[in-house]
Parts: sequence; C-alpha cells; structure tokens
Amino acid sequence: MKTDKVVIELRDVRRDFIVGEETVHALRGVSFKIHEGEFVTIMGTSGSGKSTLLNQLGCLDTPTSGEYFLDGTPVRKMSKSQRAKLRNRKIGFVFQNYNLLPKTTAVENVELPLMYNTKYNARQRREAAIKALQAVGLGDRLEHKSNQMSGGQMQRVAIARALVNDPAVILADEATGNLDTRTSFEMLVLFQKLHAEGRTIIFVTHNPEIAQYSSRNIMLRDGKIREDTENPNILSAAEALDKLPVQQD
Amino acid sequence: MSILNLFKVALRAIAANKFRSFLSMLGIIIGVAAVIIMMAIGQGSKESVRQNIQQMGTNVLTIRPGAERRGGVRRDPSEMQTLKPADFEAIMKEKKFVTYVSPEVTASGQAIYGANNTTTSLYGESVEYFDIKQWPVVRGEEFTDEDIRKSAKVCVVGKTIVDELFPDGTDPVGKMIRFKSIPFRIVGVLKPKGYNNWGMDQDNVIVAPYTTVMKRLLAQTFYSNIVCSAITEEMSQDAIDELTQILRTSHKLKDDQENDFTIRSQQEMMETMTSTMDTITIILVVAAAFSLLVAGIGIMNIMLVSVTERTKEIGLRMSVGARGLDISNQFLIESIMISITGGIIGVIVGWLGTYVCTAFGLPTSIPLWSIVVSFLVCTLIGVGFGYFPAQKAANMDPIEAIRYE
Repeated sequence: MKTDKVVIELRDVRRDFIVGEETVHALRGVSFKIHEGEFVTIMGTSGSGKSTLLNQLGCLDTPTSGEYFLDGTPVRKMSKSQRAKLRNRKIGFVFQNYNLLPKTTAVENVELPLMYNTKYNARQRREAAIKALQAVGLGDRLEHKSNQMSGGQMQRVAIARALVNDPAVILADEATGNLDTRTSFEMLVLFQKLHAEGRTIIFVTHNPEIAQYSSRNIMLRDGKIREDTENPNILSAAEALDKLPVQQD
Repeated sequence: MSILNLFKVALRAIAANKFRSFLSMLGIIIGVAAVIIMMAIGQGSKESVRQNIQQMGTNVLTIRPGAERRGGVRRDPSEMQTLKPADFEAIMKEKKFVTYVSPEVTASGQAIYGANNTTTSLYGESVEYFDIKQWPVVRGEEFTDEDIRKSAKVCVVGKTIVDELFPDGTDPVGKMIRFKSIPFRIVGVLKPKGYNNWGMDQDNVIVAPYTTVMKRLLAQTFYSNIVCSAITEEMSQDAIDELTQILRTSHKLKDDQENDFTIRSQQEMMETMTSTMDTITIILVVAAAFSLLVAGIGIMNIMLVSVTERTKEIGLRMSVGARGLDISNQFLIESIMISITGGIIGVIVGWLGTYVCTAFGLPTSIPLWSIVVSFLVCTLIGVGFGYFPAQKAANMDPIEAIRYE
C-alpha cells in the first residue's frame, strides 16, 4: 500500500498568529513526510495546533516560515487563487459537519469540486460523481437531497465529494465527530477500504481510538510533534463493527 | 465556473428565498415602473403640444427682413425694406423644396361694420396662404388670383371678427366692412382655430389680397414677410437652404456678406415649446430615478444578508477550489438576476400603469428607448450594488468561513 512516492513533505513549518499585542506560536517547527498510500491520524488536544496543521496541509493557509510541498509543489509562496486551484486538483476535504449544500441532491453535491475545474463538462461531471457515490455505497441514493439523508449518508456524500477529483490526499477533519459509534465505525470501514485501494488519507481527530485503525499516528502537543509512530498492528474496523451490539430501537 | 453554471447557482439561490428576493425586486419594479410612467407622461404631453403646433403647419417657413443677430445696434426689421416683389418672383421661379409661397404684409387697426367695431390685425396674403396654414374657409369662399391681380377690396375674416361685428347672427358673407376707412367685401369666413399656445386669439384676423393691402392701405412696395411651406416637415432644412440661396442671389450679396433676411421654421418654434416639456420630463424622471437608487441600496442590503447567511457555503466552495473571482461572480450574477427580473416586471407594470393613466385622460406615449434605458440601468444597479457584497464574499477567509456557525 505505502509507496516510495512522497505526497506531503513539511520542513520546519512554523505558523505564528498575532493576537492583539501577543504573538501566538501555533506551530513551532513541524517536519514530516507522508508517502502515497498511508493512512495517517493526526492527534492532539485542543490547542495542540492540529487545526492549524490541517489548514496548512489543506493549503487553506500558508506557513510563516518553513516549506510545505504538496505532491512536489511548494505552497508557501502561492497566491490565493493558485492555492484554490491546487486544492481543487490535489485535495479532498471531509469535514466534521459534512458541509453539504442545502436542498441539493447527492450527485450535485459531489459534482461541486468539478464545477471549478473547466476540464470537466456536464456529462463528465455527472459520471465522475456517480462513480464516487457508488464507491461510498450510495449508488442507490443519487438524487436524494441533503435534507432527506441521515448523518452517515451525508458523511458518505461528503467523502464521495472528496474522492471525485481523484485527489493526492484526502483530508478528514474529525470526520466521525458528529456520528454515533456504529456510524463512526461504518465510516472507518469506508476509510480503510479507500486506504486499501491505495488512497492517501490524513485523519485529524482528538479520539485516540481511531489511531488503532490507521497505519501511522502523529501526536501533536503545543505546536510540536511529540510522537510519530507507525502502527504495526492495524485493527480492522469491519470486525469491530461486527462486534458492536446491535442497537435495540 | 462556467457562466451557465453560475446562472444555475444564482437561480437556485433566488428560488430558495423567493419572498425575500421578491421584496428586493419590488424596489426595482416600482422604480422602473415609475420611470417608465413618468417618461410616458412627459413624452405624451410633448406630443400633444407637438400636435397643437402641427395644426398650424410644421412645414411653415417665415422669411423676415433683417439678420437675426447683428453686433451693436439692431434695426427694427419692420423698417427694413429688403423683401421685394423681385424676391417673390425669384422664389416662384426657382423653388424646388418649397410648395406654396405667400408674400405677407400686416397692418393693425379697427374694423367697423355698422355700429360695431373691433381692433384686429389685417394680413395681406396670396391665395396660397390658406394652403400654407392649412386653414380652410368654411363659409363663402377664398379670394382668388384674379382678386390679387386686380387688388380687389375683398377679404376673408376669422370667427372672432364675425362674433364682434355681427353679434346678431347675420351672414357676414357679402357684407362690406371698413378697415381704416377702406371698405372690404367679406367673401369668406375662416375655420375657427381657437387660442394658440401663447394665448393669442388666432381667429381675430382679417385676410385680404396682399396687393390690396400694399397699394390701397399701406402704399408700400416691400413685404413684411414671406411665408412659405416646405414639401414636408423633414425637408424644412433643404427648403431653408434653397430659399437662402435664392434670396442671396436676388439680393446680390457677396460671399462675405451676412444675410439681410432671416428664415424661421415652425419646427424651431416647436423645439422651443417642447424643450420646456423636456425640462419637466427630466425633473419627473430624476425623481423616479431616485427610487431606483433606493431600490439598488435595498438589493445591496439583501445581498449582504445573503452573503453572511451563506458564509459556510462560501467556505465550502473555497475549500473545494473556488477562487475569489468565482465567488464574487456567483453573487454578482445573483444580484444582476434580481435587478433584471425586477426590471422586466417593472417594465410590464409601467406599461400597465401607462394604460391606467391614459384611461384617466393623461396624454401618454411610451418611448421605446425608455425601456432599453431601464434595462441598462437595472443591469448597472445589479453590478453596482452587487459589487460590494460580492467582494465581501470573495475576500472571506475559507478557514473562518467553513467553521462559521
């Protein structure tokens, strides 16, 4: 699964924020590489800098110093528009609260990133969106509107949206945070399936349990990496899901 | 994002907030309708004035002696004796753009019949005068070319003269009246014209052959004016140029000499009148245009609310790759759609409103360009007042926007 190709490389990335008179050091020199095909969890308590790191990885923000290479491209000196294009082509976001467009069908939601890519025409967009929805197991709910779906289904749509542009990396921000245990495991099964298919996934969370299902875990504290460990014994989310007691409604 | 998709997105956003979109459109609807109705009323009044003047003949040209403007002292043109029978003959011989010509001499004084008298104006004219002014004789008949040749003491009179001199209702045709002690036999009565736009009684007039007035009354050999008619209103300018040329030749003026006569067209007169109407129209339209401005502010307000409300959507769109330009286009197109849709409805409402005004007796006429202008203005409002909210959206920080609650 893991290849030699480096998808993400951070070199001594620092990010300072000026709040009033004070300078807050959110990231104090973070360096790591992520290879293609890794499933990395980034963990840390609130205030550890994990959101700042996620913004860096997602090209939503640029480092104060240091350099970030996404798929070989240096990001720090890029303009806003250049970064928007980079996000569009290389990154798939999955958010905690799904962030689907209201009153919009699953297909249309998934098509959204391709709307900003002029290489796709309407037919290609729709085909790609249907393919992505089938990959997350929603092939039968293409025309359901976002308000007609459960939380798990909405998050699947969001994952399909992150897949549709065939990104270099999928960035999940607390992607299971709003879901109940069973649905959370269903999501983890899906992420593990994508991982098995060779996708690179970065999963930012404060839930230590999730690290057991990933291939590598990076622990942040006070803006620095405290631990960076490979997981030799990846648990199967599918098995865990089977062991969960069936809900009595 | 392609334009087509931008329109789809905007349409969806408007449809999602139908009532709110309608309210912001309402300002535009009222503004556009008001502008169109005001313009229609202004234009309608102008046309009714124009029609009044048209009754007097829009193709009428008047040649007066003397230059219109001259530095220093200006002589009273009536003292000038530059318009001579030779000029009249030259015009008659060479005219192409001119149909009818009538030399004109005027005198004012008292007309007497029996015990009744009235102060009036006497116009010495040729037979063609009635054609120039499109002023038919309704009782009796016009005097003839024969009368002109013979300087016959005949005249036609206006309705006011009939009323003043024949209050008991006797038929004036064939009666002898005296004007400054010269007897004139009435051969016809002119069709009543009423008062003109300046409040002058156009029927208080006696028209007699110009030869008679010149020889028997004034003993002069020059004309006060020459009145002509151009073939059509549009050819007035050609006719003026032609007459100028004929008269300059006839007066033997050198190239560097100024004209010693002035040609005025009825058209100029009309322009003076309609320019007053134009001023009133402009005032009305400006007032209505202010309501459009207010409507634009309304749209800006709604768009600002809409941008704030959709912060999260903006954040999402940005994180999946929308550039600032994509976002600002999205909101701009939305505001343009609101204002143009409002504009279209406004044009329809304005149209209906104009019909209502017509039903209440106001003269109206919708100038086509007012619709075109309303459209352009609406687009401008959409862009102008949508720009600031669109920029606000485009400049959002995706990090904050996506986490906005």
